[in-house]
Amino acid sequence: MNLQIVALLGQDGITNGAIYALLALSIVLVFTVTRILLIPQGEFVAFGALTMSVIQNGQRLWVVWLLVALCVAAALLDVVDMLRQKRSRPSIWLPAKLLYAAVMAGLAFTLPLATLPMLLQAILTLALLVPTGPLMYRLVFQPIASATPLVLLIVSIALHVALVGVGLLVFGPDGARTAPFTDSNLSLGSFNLNSQALWVIGVSIGLIVALYQMFERTLYGKALRAAAMNRMGARLMGISPVFAGKAMFFLAALIGVMSGILIAPITTIYYDSGFLISLKGFVGSIIGGLVSYPVAAIGAVFVGLIESFSTYWASAYKEIIVFVLIIPVLLWRSLTSRHVEEEE
Amino acid sequence: MKRDLSGSSVGTADDSAAPRKPSLVFSLSAHAGVLVFVVLLTVAPFVLSPFYITLLNNIGLSSLVVLGLVLLTGVAGLTSFGQAAFVGLGAYISAALSTGVVELPAALGWMHSPWAALCIALVCTALLALLLGSLTLKLSGHYLPLGTIAWGISLYFIFGTLQSMGGQTGMSGIPPITLFGLTLGSDRLIYGLIWLAVIACAYGLINLLDSREGRAIRALKGGIVMAEAMGIDTARSRIVIFVIAALLASLSGWLYVHMQRFVNPSPFGLQFGIDYLFMAVLGGASHVWGAVLGAGVIVVLKEWLQGVLPALLGRSGNFESIVFGLLMIVMLQRSRDGIWPFFSGLFSKVLPARSQQRKLNLQALPLARRSMVHPNEVVLDVRDVTRRFGGLVANNQMNLTVLSGEVLALIGPNGAGKSTLFNQISGVDIPTSGTVLFRGHDVTGKGSRHIAALGMSRSFQHVRLLPRMTVLENVAIGAHMRGKRGVLSAVLRLDRDEEARLLAEAARQIERVGLKEQMFDAAGALSLGQQRILEIARALAADPCLLLLDEPAAGLRLGEKQALGELLRKLRAEGMAILLVEHDMDFVMELVDRIVVMDFGTRIAEGLPEEIQNNPAVLEAYLGVSDDQ
Repeated sequence: MNLQIVALLGQDGITNGAIYALLALSIVLVFTVTRILLIPQGEFVAFGALTMSVIQNGQRLWVVWLLVALCVAAALLDVVDMLRQKRSRPSIWLPAKLLYAAVMAGLAFTLPLATLPMLLQAILTLALLVPTGPLMYRLVFQPIASATPLVLLIVSIALHVALVGVGLLVFGPDGARTAPFTDSNLSLGSFNLNSQALWVIGVSIGLIVALYQMFERTLYGKALRAAAMNRMGARLMGISPVFAGKAMFFLAALIGVMSGILIAPITTIYYDSGFLISLKGFVGSIIGGLVSYPVAAIGAVFVGLIESFSTYWASAYKEIIVFVLIIPVLLWRSLTSRHVEEEE
Repeated sequence: MKRDLSGSSVGTADDSAAPRKPSLVFSLSAHAGVLVFVVLLTVAPFVLSPFYITLLNNIGLSSLVVLGLVLLTGVAGLTSFGQAAFVGLGAYISAALSTGVVELPAALGWMHSPWAALCIALVCTALLALLLGSLTLKLSGHYLPLGTIAWGISLYFIFGTLQSMGGQTGMSGIPPITLFGLTLGSDRLIYGLIWLAVIACAYGLINLLDSREGRAIRALKGGIVMAEAMGIDTARSRIVIFVIAALLASLSGWLYVHMQRFVNPSPFGLQFGIDYLFMAVLGGASHVWGAVLGAGVIVVLKEWLQGVLPALLGRSGNFESIVFGLLMIVMLQRSRDGIWPFFSGLFSKVLPARSQQRKLNLQALPLARRSMVHPNEVVLDVRDVTRRFGGLVANNQMNLTVLSGEVLALIGPNGAGKSTLFNQISGVDIPTSGTVLFRGHDVTGKGSRHIAALGMSRSFQHVRLLPRMTVLENVAIGAHMRGKRGVLSAVLRLDRDEEARLLAEAARQIERVGLKEQMFDAAGALSLGQQRILEIARALAADPCLLLLDEPAAGLRLGEKQALGELLRKLRAEGMAILLVEHDMDFVMELVDRIVVMDFGTRIAEGLPEEIQNNPAVLEAYLGVSDDQ
């Protein structure tokens, strides 16, 4: 193994690690605010990459039906709630959801997808997929927001299973790769820097800084942080748990879809690739004890590096090494954090 | 079989509020139901077409795995997504041995038979489960399911790397099982063996849950602190059920591989681990027969959807996962007990249930008792115990002694640190400094199980009961340490003699505290006062020489208080040492021999009731200082 290979593997590891770090952050965010371990985080990544590919190839955007279905279902639930609470006037969100679904469906089937500039393609992808995050929270988790973390976890896995099936239905079994954001490659001496890797690392750092700013500087960010630290206290201070949950799922979807768009030019993504990707984000977030953002991010980059170096040494055992690694980490975590029995 | 086998089901958020039917009420319809089921199963192979036999075989194989999950997840609250990996382990080990991939010396040639392979597979599975269990069962809360996902995936990938067994493509040529000279070469022939295994395992599990060890297992969900205080080794119970669940999965894998005569990694992936958990949740994770129901529904639904959906959608793929995912979401939103309660409810309408209370043999030989403590012996000696939580000193240099045949009250304003001191004494918490001597043994920081074994028993300020178990069973948990019979004798029903003695002891204590009428009610259905009394009966069932009671009279009506006072006087006369925390001063002053008063973690007074009533420091602590002074 010479220096060049080390550099190459290092670049791979850090690029993947940056994505895992984003996902780890998102998983920690969602968990601290809602106590949900967001297993479907990976599906946002896969859907983002695959939607981008569909757009670039000018195929039919079937995924818009997922958005439409979720919007209609959420609108129906809203109507049911309205009738139950005997309110006569619907909230502004009810027609807004239906309108949004209609507009997106219209756009998806009329725009000349393949010839759009890449930035617009990315924006369309985000517009199609990110709203599904809060909609899923509304439909799946909001009715059981007070359940035990165990029930939430099983529901989260169930949602993941359903979404993988939807992914197969909407995108088909073929893998997809998209065009890189820019064509040029930087070379430093004999070493080639992949420009997409730079994009991934740059955007990841940008997103992390933006999130940090949001949570430190804005009132909404502070409210969400309060909800993460003390749910009951935040609720007593008038921070709606429903709002906090939806906001977190919005962020999770945003981060997931962005990650998908970013890595689509580097890795081939299949409809079911999301799970393994998000599991590695999980390993990172567990290293951070599901609470610490910086440790989670560093842990995730570490996972990326281990993964890329084990590809070189023992490629058949690559996944095994990553997942066996999780056990000592879990063990260390649960031994160092004092276990308090859940009062049931 | 209308029985609820756990403290609660997967959904626990709001269960305690609504206790269900107590668990030890058998109904005739239950037996009739099982009988009908068995008759249908016996007739099935003679009338059904091969397609349905295969389907039934698959249901049986899944049921075995799900039975393990019922124990693990439904009863004990430990979620595992990795069971499919244990199925694979059984399948792969047996395949490797019976096809001769693993070459054995001629002397061990007999090991190539599937039956020997089964034994070896079970031993290996048990060993691996012990290893994985001791690593991952320490994981708290949500880390455990993530850990099971991790090793589930890892084992699956390892199966795929076994080149000698065909890697990802798999390997055929696995011999069928022979039984009494009969080769079980077809689905119809192996059908009997599979369902025999399912029914035997289900009955074994039912027997296990209705036993001393079973109560310990049922306490794992939401009752760890209480169980440890009653002398139950909860870590051991967790490992035991983890191994049992792994063995059931391994057995299923063995049957599967000799039925298919082919092995490849795909049926042992995480996806199948998730499916097994879905079966358990759908069936009703806390009901043994729910496992068979859940497995049946999912296997049949999968078979049907795999035919219908691709035709409907015009393309091929595993689209049934969409339906399963949504089904599970709706299920957990609507009815977390699964469909079994609904199913059995329907059934008991057809066959009217005649409830029958469990018969107790009160003539059973009484359990052995602890050797009595000498009168006026120092039973408990607390020396300079300090407990700090960060900067807060909850207990500061606390000293107290309790003699046998004496009632000592620990009183003080709210937040004085009384319950904290109780936790230091009973081993729930570890003092920062100082020593606790119990009957001459230094028990500081020894853990509540160890201390309980020496003869200290306690009740809790916030009652810790298993609300869905009967009063009788809750009290019998207190007598856990006085029995010896283990898991195997429970499964084989060799423990009935001891079980009768344990239950008789529990019944005696219940009668003693005056809850005889409620003996077969669910503990969660009692009033708060009665629940406190139940906790005292449970503590007494352990045959203690020191009783720690944390606010026993809170929430009691006057008559109940008087009865409690009577009981405590009787115990004192028998030589019991009693330490109690109580706010009801009338109750305390009438009953106790001595009083220790705490304020802000420190002892401010000690003495006879009359002395304490006139002690200026005590008056100040309770009422504040008057302005005149």
